[in-house]
Amino acid sequence: MDKLLSLTFIGLSRGAVYSAFALALVLIWRAARIVNFAQGAMAVATAYAAYSVTKATDSYWLGFVAALVGGLVLGALVERGVMRFVDHSAPLNNVIVALGVVLVITAIVGMIYGNQFLPFEGPFDQRPLMVGGTGLLSPYDLFVLGTVLLIVVLLALLFTRTPVGLRMRASAFAPEVSRLLGVNVAGMLTLGWALAAAVGAVGGMLVIPTELGLHPHAMDLVFVSAFTAAVVGGLDSPVGAVIGGIFVGLVLTYSTGYIASDITPVAILVLLLVVLLVRPGGLFSTTAARHV
Amino acid sequence: MSAILEINGVTAGYGAAPVLQDVSISVPTGTICAVLGANGAGKTTLLRTLSGLLKPTAGQVVFDGQDLREVKVEHLIRLGLAHVPEGRGVVTELTVDENLRLGGLWRKDRADARRALDEVYQLFEPLQRRRSSAGHQLSGGERQMLALGRALVARPKVLLLDEPSLGLAPRVTAQIMALLRQLRDDTGLTVLLVEQNVRSALSVADEGVVMSLGRVVVSTSAEQLRGDDELRHAYLGF
Ligand SMILES: Nc1ncnc2c1ncn2[C@@H]1O[C@H](COP(=O)(O)OP(=O)(O)OP(=O)(O)O)[C@@H](O)[C@H]1O
Ligand SMILES: [Mg+2]
Repeated sequence: MDKLLSLTFIGLSRGAVYSAFALALVLIWRAARIVNFAQGAMAVATAYAAYSVTKATDSYWLGFVAALVGGLVLGALVERGVMRFVDHSAPLNNVIVALGVVLVITAIVGMIYGNQFLPFEGPFDQRPLMVGGTGLLSPYDLFVLGTVLLIVVLLALLFTRTPVGLRMRASAFAPEVSRLLGVNVAGMLTLGWALAAAVGAVGGMLVIPTELGLHPHAMDLVFVSAFTAAVVGGLDSPVGAVIGGIFVGLVLTYSTGYIASDITPVAILVLLLVVLLVRPGGLFSTTAARHV
Repeated sequence: MSAILEINGVTAGYGAAPVLQDVSISVPTGTICAVLGANGAGKTTLLRTLSGLLKPTAGQVVFDGQDLREVKVEHLIRLGLAHVPEGRGVVTELTVDENLRLGGLWRKDRADARRALDEVYQLFEPLQRRRSSAGHQLSGGERQMLALGRALVARPKVLLLDEPSLGLAPRVTAQIMALLRQLRDDTGLTVLLVEQNVRSALSVADEGVVMSLGRVVVSTSAEQLRGDDELRHAYLGF
């Protein structure tokens, strides 16, 4: 029972990161109908930026800010400089170009920082707090949950309560009509990528300290997990992405806890396969409303 | 009477063969100009070219003294040109209120944008009641009111309307036509009204243009079109 409880808490914290990362995927999907396969690599790049800033200033938080700003800039750059020029008529084109972006980013960070694991610490203790003899959440887990919750709330407010959020939603749903109503649709698309990459950057900042360290491929498995989470959630639904992230976090944690500790990569892929086979449209998809 | 909208020898299309060929129309300020013609005549293509969604391969469009070839689509509304597209263009995923607010987001004068919004709600009672319903929950008539109201929030000088009567009951169509007449008389609004519903359109129009196969074949006063049986038979089939 104690084990179940403690695994559940670990799963929640892990799932929260997947939620954030899945949310970033959903943002771009909604804005551009593209699954951003470069998101893991982009988050790695911003984490390296954070690493350099933290090393130079000795401040985790300045590094965090650097990742956030770096995410905004990188997202805008990838959209303006690359994705905008892709012929969107065949969906595969986007995928191939995104994979190209992955190769470029991985090569560049590898050249600058090398391919070994670099130490990447979080700002809080990762040892679980003991409650009645059971290890529950660590201070770091609380930080992760709090940050993800904050992101979700801020995004919800941005999209539902602000003029720019209204513009972004309108541009995604009806680009031509939005232009006729004076909305800078191309600008909204860039903003969508920037926001998504910033959210992804935060996701990377949160998850890398819980893994072996910073490495050009540090986000590969996280990306697959988040992609699975986003698909579970229907790709179109921010709420679905959050729930999907928690779901994937729990499933992976239970399987490592109860089956084998090194099963994670296999479990992720099996889960992704099952989800794609059983529910290719996702569990929370709202595409029905779109085709009215 | 000067023309607020001048279409001079415009040729435009989607691929190799042009749809519009050498189209010239002059729309005097403060009038309603009906553009009539069979399916596929090029009426929608004409409006899309006017609002810059399609680029003309020849000719020019002058709006309020400005050559529209130099204006971006998203800036037209700022100049005072509003286009309500065919099929109405309600953003079905957004609520009624969000659709209406979207129409005024570009405006610097926030106070007047809010006032315009309130006026639209007063003008279209049903929208007031359905304020927070999603666009896809509205009836056809309500969607038309929403699309029209959203354009009015911008307080345009010229309104391009693409088949506003499509799928509407005769009574609702008559209400919309009456509203256009009222806006013209009270605010000096200019309307380019594309319609299949010839009788309704001619009932409010000042000018009438008939298009066929991408060309303007008749351009005269609406009165003339209403009265001249031969003309009507030949081009409008009734
Ligand atoms: N997106 C497009 N691509 C290629 N051809 C098009 C496109 N849209 C319209 N056309 C062609 O252009 C011609 C004019 O079409 P348009 O939509 O302007 O006609 P319309 O007068 O608005 O007709 P309706 O009354 O049916 O709306 C038609 O022959 C049509 O097939
Ligand atoms: Mg048409």
